[in-house]
Amino acid sequence: MSTRTVLNAADITRALTRISHEILESNKGPGGLVLLGIPTRGVTLAHRIGALIDEIAAAELGGRGTPVGALDVTMYRDDLHRNPTRAPHPTQIPAGGIDGKTVVLIDDVLFSGRSIRAALDALQDIGRPAAVRLATLVDRGHRELPIRPDFIGKNLPSAREERVNVRLTEVDGAEEVTIES
Amino acid sequence: MRHLLDTQNLAREDAVRILDVAEDMADTQRREVKKLPTLRGKTVVNLFFEDSTRTRISFEAAAKRLSADVINFSAKGSSVSKGESLQDTAQTLQAMGADAVVIRHGASGAPRTLATSGWITAGVVNAGDGTHEHPTQALLDAFTIRKRTFGDESRGRDLAGLRVTIVGDILHSRVARSNVWLLATLGAEVTLVAPPTLVPQDVSRWPARILYDLDEAIAAGPDALMMLRIQLERMNAAYFPTEREYSRRWGLDAERLAALGPGSMVMHPGPMNRGLEISADAADSPRSTVLDQVTNGVSVRMAVLYLLLAGTDEREDV
Repeated sequence: MSTRTVLNAADITRALTRISHEILESNKGPGGLVLLGIPTRGVTLAHRIGALIDEIAAAELGGRGTPVGALDVTMYRDDLHRNPTRAPHPTQIPAGGIDGKTVVLIDDVLFSGRSIRAALDALQDIGRPAAVRLATLVDRGHRELPIRPDFIGKNLPSAREERVNVRLTEVDGAEEVTIES
Repeated sequence: MRHLLDTQNLAREDAVRILDVAEDMADTQRREVKKLPTLRGKTVVNLFFEDSTRTRISFEAAAKRLSADVINFSAKGSSVSKGESLQDTAQTLQAMGADAVVIRHGASGAPRTLATSGWITAGVVNAGDGTHEHPTQALLDAFTIRKRTFGDESRGRDLAGLRVTIVGDILHSRVARSNVWLLATLGAEVTLVAPPTLVPQDVSRWPARILYDLDEAIAAGPDALMMLRIQLERMNAAYFPTEREYSRRWGLDAERLAALGPGSMVMHPGPMNRGLEISADAADSPRSTVLDQVTNGVSVRMAVLYLLLAGTDEREDV
């Protein structure tokens, strides 16, 4: 078994900065954006991207921060009965809600696409956004559903058996993306 | 978690886990769409051998909010009144493909028999058995105390250092038994107050203090005061001279409510006998958690059903 580092701390920061710019570019500014991270590491990434957007678009935001929240998808998964019981995580929807907003879902690794399918179902129960976009730090392929990300940190071709690990300082005390084979 | 039969054998981590999942469930119940797809395709049978409205509809609401199918089975007007045994009833449910059975039974230990007999493979939830236990009621009481005390900071916490006083018919109350075990496991100090005739014979091994004087208990300033229902249907012997005397000595009237510190909450598992164990002033005061308890009951039961049914079959007993 070998482990290879794919992204180091500086690479992750650069990727998140680029994603933040791309989100602002495609949204034509910071208006009406809501960032929702998928627990656990997606939430950390959402907060970082939110802070970057606030920095980049400070003039347009005029001191108001970009709303950032968490969207737990545990209860909407289609594989619950195949795994040991998962503990759900809190969902936090920013005060303004998501109706009519552009929601950017943020996850650390995009793999089968099933979490995102669950996230779309969860969103539907919370409100009706004007548009939903998807940002992911790593896209490792092997999609099982017709889902594709709008903003990608790194495309990482991988074999199905390989493990992609994202470690973030706030959660894991380390900052890297590794692939184990 | 495979079954939920009692709180006496519930470990602290498992109890806190149920309460934390209940927090997440409670969050979803504030949304416009309250229904989650989590238990789609699962069947929950409410098997009620004793009358119950609130517990049954609370379990029914919980199962439906998680998209499970619910079959209500009450002993009245069913094959049980024709003399069918628990074993045959259980095997019938098994043959129909029940994934969980919520059982209320007049005999203490019936849920355990159901869970350990091998008659069924479904998860079993005790919804009250005889004078033994009523674990989901104790869990919702603990949830209510935690939520009122810690608010949004509740997750992950136990009830260490909180003082809970339970007043009334301890002898017949499965709610009291479940609460004594669970609250003690969670670190709370439990005091029981009752007429001497309504205290079980041997409570020396219960993790609780026994008092006979309600005013003394109120003067101690408990964080929560839980008034139990006087179960008139179980009062086949004379445990106290008259209802009026009970109400005067062990009822929460306006005067005692005033004596109770402003930080104390007043709890009641319902249904209330207004004017007997609890006065209207106390029941309707802002310190009363009666309706919170009902709301929280659905969230706690959703959490229990989720933990019982959502995972694989790789489960361990609780």
